[in-house]
Amino acid sequence: MSSNESAPAAGRLRVRRAPWLAWLRRHEVNVGDGLFRMVTAVFAASAVVLIAAMAIELVMESTPSLSKFGLSFLWSSDWDPVAEVYGALPYIFGTVMSSLLALVIAVPIALGVAIFLVELAPRPLARPIGFMVELLAAVPSVVYGLWGIFVLAPWLREHLEPFLAHTLGWLPFFQGKARGIGMLCGGVVLAIMILPTIASVSRDVLRAVPAAQREGALALGATRWEMIRAVVLPYARSGILGAVILGLGRALGETMAITMVIGNRAEISWSLFKLGYSMASVIANEFAEATTDLHLAALAEIGLLLFGVTLLLNMGARILVWRVSRLPGEKK
Amino acid sequence: MPAAAADLGYRRRKLVDRLARGFCIGATALAVLPLFLVLYYVAEKGLAGVSWDFFTKMPMPVGETGGGMKHALMGTLIVVAVASAIGIPVGILAGIYLGEFGQGGKFGQVVRFSADVMAGIPSITVGLFVYAVVVLTMGSFSALAGGIALAILMIPTVMRTTEEMLKLVPAHLREAALALGAPKRRAIWRVAVRTAAPGIATGVVLAIARISGETAPLLFTALGKDYFSTDLGKPIATLPVQIYNYAISPYDDWHQQAWTAALVLVFMVLVFNLAARALVASRGAKR
Repeated sequence: MSSNESAPAAGRLRVRRAPWLAWLRRHEVNVGDGLFRMVTAVFAASAVVLIAAMAIELVMESTPSLSKFGLSFLWSSDWDPVAEVYGALPYIFGTVMSSLLALVIAVPIALGVAIFLVELAPRPLARPIGFMVELLAAVPSVVYGLWGIFVLAPWLREHLEPFLAHTLGWLPFFQGKARGIGMLCGGVVLAIMILPTIASVSRDVLRAVPAAQREGALALGATRWEMIRAVVLPYARSGILGAVILGLGRALGETMAITMVIGNRAEISWSLFKLGYSMASVIANEFAEATTDLHLAALAEIGLLLFGVTLLLNMGARILVWRVSRLPGEKK
Repeated sequence: MPAAAADLGYRRRKLVDRLARGFCIGATALAVLPLFLVLYYVAEKGLAGVSWDFFTKMPMPVGETGGGMKHALMGTLIVVAVASAIGIPVGILAGIYLGEFGQGGKFGQVVRFSADVMAGIPSITVGLFVYAVVVLTMGSFSALAGGIALAILMIPTVMRTTEEMLKLVPAHLREAALALGAPKRRAIWRVAVRTAAPGIATGVVLAIARISGETAPLLFTALGKDYFSTDLGKPIATLPVQIYNYAISPYDDWHQQAWTAALVLVFMVLVFNLAARALVASRGAKR
């Protein structure tokens, strides 16, 4: 071997290898290969180990709060670091509300994008647009936040919110003073941020629908839209649901942009014009400054909640998406 | 059926088809609009603050104009370098296992699933985890802790791209290497991994682009301070955290600095993404 010739010292060492190694070699057990496989397996295990470690660590961090407040943590609205009472309801409400709002805005648009990219767009157009949607996901969260504060919020305050109050003001969602910053702004920014996730996963799912299904529908005289509605969408239904759940998971855990635009006031209100607060935001705002163990534990418990919910959502979504893309007739 | 009625039905169906197509096109236009708006405003507001000072000076105290973000630029470089040094090898080795040994096996399946799930875990909870494991153990916020948090975010992406790229390498290349007497590890390392290298590099570049803009996990790991530091054991300022702090401050000067920093960050991310694209295109590799 060339390495032996170039390094004679190493070569001589190698001759005097341990007897058990020689035995293995004679019996055609390849030690190097086994070792290589083992090393890569150890690193592969890191994914599983990290998730487990995160779960355990978060539970341990939040134990003081878990044992002191129990389930009341979830529906109490008192959050007072001075009195050492913690209830997370306003934050849970804010997170759920802003995420649902984001879904309402993003899902129809994202589906439109996915259908356009797979079924309608000519190839030379589909690639650059797909790339642009990917870039939308690449812009850092904090940049969306910055843009949200200084561009989107003033626009909402001057234009969209007065318009909504004027036309739909009788609904409980559009009442109060137009501030710009607030739940609506948070929902819109979140929608922009989760749109690429939903669009690109749906696109992949739609692509997995066999061409024969489409051709069958077209051969029966369906228009393109009828084909999409009657054949493509039902076939991809559970995968699209998976994509939406993935988007929801992303919205729930999104931190920076929402912290910058939601207003950070722990209030429960149905009006989208009001300021709100989210679970991730309260962790971001208070964790580095929290001094008492109980305060840290309460924040960690919010983190644990966020972790648990997104973990379950992601597991469910992955299973749904995997199932569709593994159906027979898959084309790559 | 009378011909007129059939004709009417057909017209209606055609109209619905048109409307639905119109909706999809409109939705796509609406979806990419924010990208252009964000890029436009970041460029417009950010360019005003671009100067040599921004890259070479430290921030000025409140009330004095000028100054720069030398410390945060350096900090981002350091933290991302630490994250890459940990995340890339771990991700690639794990990906090699998935691509070369873990096809069809139970363990491989579990790992693949975990990696996908891990990619969806909120980055702020990764920050909480690293705070407990690294910051509390070391007794202080540090650049190292920030790097570890970002590395954790990087691993799933690198792992899964490596696997996907290895699966694209034709089996006969490996078989040829084995037939020539190479041990399996060499067939994988020198032949399969080398063939897949451009694809893997693409994944790595995209992962770096993603983590260099991450803010939430750094808030209570790297923390961020207003002094220049290259010490891995000390808190360190980073560009994203600096943007956040300046954006929520009440000072116009700081807002200007935040926009300029955002421009630098977005420029970096765009360059990384375009580089990844070019990497794919150059070898004609499939995505």
